Amino acid sequence: MYIAASLAILVTMGLALARALSGPTTYDRIAAVNMFGTKTVLLIAVLAFLSGRTDVLDIALVYALINFIGVVAALKLVAQGNFHASDDLESGAEQGEPK
Amino acid sequence: MIIDILSAIFLLIGVVLGIVGAIGIHRFPDFYTRLHAAGITDTLSALMILFGLALQAGWGIAAFKLALIFVFLFFTSPTASHALANAAQHSGLKPKLEQK
Amino acid sequence: MRYFSFVVLLILFWISLSGHFEPLLLGLGAVSIALTAYLSHRMNVIDHESYPLHLSSKFPSYYFYLFGEILKANIDVIKRIISPGETPISPQMIEIPQSQKTDLGAVIYANSITLTPGTVTIKLSKESLTVHALSKEAATDLATGAMSNEITNRVFKE
Repeated sequence: MYIAASLAILVTMGLALARALSGPTTYDRIAAVNMFGTKTVLLIAVLAFLSGRTDVLDIALVYALINFIGVVAALKLVAQGNFHASDDLESGAEQGEPK
Repeated sequence: MIIDILSAIFLLIGVVLGIVGAIGIHRFPDFYTRLHAAGITDTLSALMILFGLALQAGWGIAAFKLALIFVFLFFTSPTASHALANAAQHSGLKPKLEQK
Repeated sequence: MRYFSFVVLLILFWISLSGHFEPLLLGLGAVSIALTAYLSHRMNVIDHESYPLHLSSKFPSYYFYLFGEILKANIDVIKRIISPGETPISPQMIEIPQSQKTDLGAVIYANSITLTPGTVTIKLSKESLTVHALSKEAATDLATGAMSNEITNRVFKE
């Protein structure tokens, strides 16, 4: 059961990767990578149960956080061209607060 | 036994939804619509898979960690989607709207 | 009071994640919690907005409603994805009024819209929200403001 589930998740990841490779705009690619990351978290969770070692869930937990930070950082790099905070660009891309 | 069947059903629904979402990001025409398809995998698919696993885990630390993973995904995925949509719009990417 | 409950939550969080009770690990936990509490104090992030303790009893009712909405929206989007031939979508960009009084309410509203598949918040301001919707139906549903009313009724009502 776990093997079938992880195979299906791998298929999903493959489809997301295909979109990341072919996506016409940069944002398509980032969105696909974000989806790929979410699926990786789920894959690690399923593999933890497949191997019977639920300690591995900690890795999934950390991966969920890193994935989010990674996507936001990549987005910031694309939107601004650097990692510094700049005030001339009120992109709001990394902060969803109302202005 | 019953729990095994239930958890298999939840896992099955979860992975099928995941594949449907992945098909969606190939079938939809532009970036903004693809974002909606990706939303399925972030919400319902993740919930079903994690719930199916939690049924197997039973009450304990493992189930708590699975719930925590879901909470993280639940809070970070809309933030990431919003950041993506906002940045795309800011860069001047025009959505393909319905022809009137 | 706020800091006290924050530290208690951190302790519970540490114990439930580690599940070990050796002195070494408990000591490491104590050090981490002290560091976290000190850093959050220095960053001044523990206020009524980022740590809405006073609302925590009201969130379950709202999340229950939100879960129903997510389920409905998911089924709708899935139908549109798997329908054969041309996908039956009619993408819309709409602007809807933002009627929440507090910033926290506005963020919950925008977050809920993005969380339901089929609608994504693109811009959020004090007066209005710019939303991209996958279909005309989703856009009309949103324009009624039902979700905003639910937030007001379920979360912010005394």
